[in-house]
Amino acid sequence: MKMELIQPFINAADAVLSQGLQSPMEIGSLSMEEEAYRRKGVAAMVRLSGDIEGRIIFDLDPPTAARVASSFAGTELPESDELVREAVCELANQIIGNAIAVLNDQGFHFRVHPPELHTSERGPKSTEDIEALVLCFETSRGSVFMNIALRYQITAEQAAAGTRSAAFVDKS
Amino acid sequence: MEQFPAVKRSKDGQPVQYLIVDDSVFARKNLGRIIESFGGQIAGEAGDGVTAISEYDRLKPDIVLMDITMPQMEGIEAAEKIVQKNPEARVVMVSSVGYQENIVAALQRGARHFVQKPVKPEVLYEVIKYVLGEDGVVASAAGAGA
Repeated sequence: MKMELIQPFINAADAVLSQGLQSPMEIGSLSMEEEAYRRKGVAAMVRLSGDIEGRIIFDLDPPTAARVASSFAGTELPESDELVREAVCELANQIIGNAIAVLNDQGFHFRVHPPELHTSERGPKSTEDIEALVLCFETSRGSVFMNIALRYQITAEQAAAGTRSAAFVDKS
Repeated sequence: MEQFPAVKRSKDGQPVQYLIVDDSVFARKNLGRIIESFGGQIAGEAGDGVTAISEYDRLKPDIVLMDITMPQMEGIEAAEKIVQKNPEARVVMVSSVGYQENIVAALQRGARHFVQKPVKPEVLYEVIKYVLGEDGVVASAAGAGA
C-alpha cells in the first residue's frame, strides 16, 4: 500500500475537519472496497486528471452532513437545506485541494475538477487497476467517509515499453 | 465569530468593498461572514471567472477574493484579465489548491496574494491589511485621526 500517497489525504482531512469542527478527529476504519460504491447520504465527488487519475468521494449520512455543515457555517442548518449539500462539496474541495497541493509539490502534476454532487445510489465498480480505499473519520459530529479510487496514468513512453499502469493502492 | 478592528478605506473612511468569487455558495457565505468581521462590505459575488470580470467592471471593488478551481473560466485566468484591464486591481487568490506552482502562476499573472483554504480569519485579516497598504486604515487609528 502506497501510504506516501494516501497520507496527504489523511493529513488534509485532519487539518480541515479539526479546524472547522474545532475538535480533534481520528481514523475510525480503513478498508478496501471492490464492490460498486454505495452512497451513504450527502456525497460530493471530485475528479482528478493528469499524472494521477480517478475520483474521490466525500460522503456523510444526512444528519451528520447537517451537523458538520452547521459547524462550518456557524449557524444551525436543517438537513434539507441546499447549503448542507454545498458545504459537503466545499469540504471535499478543501480536503482534496490541500492533499493535492502536497502531492503536487512532490512532483505529481494533475488537474482538480470542481466538485460535483454525487446523486447516484451506486457508483462504478472498482477495477483491477483502480481499487477504492475507504477511510472513515470519526469526528465530534459523526462519521465522515472518504472513498478514494485513483491510479497513476501511464505515459506514452511507459505504454510503449509495456509498463502496466500502477494502481493507487497496490494489492500486493 | 471573532471580531477584528475594522479596516476602512483611508481616502474616505468607508468600509472596504469586496467582490467574492467562488463557485461554492457555501464558500462565498463563509468568506462574507469573515469579511464582515473585518468591518468590510460585500459589493458583489460571482460564481465563475467570466462573471467575475464583468462584476469587477461594474462594481470596481477595493479587493477581489478569487477562488481558482471554477467552471467556465478558472480564477487565475480571470485575475489576469482583470489586472490587464485594471492594473490597480487588488486580487487575492483564495483556494485550497495551494501548491507552489499554482501560487507562483497566480502571482505572476497579477494576483497580489494567496490565501490557503480553509481560510483562517486572522490570516486573511493580515493579508487584507498588507494588500491595501496605505489605502487601508484600521478603524481605531482612523477614529483617532478624525
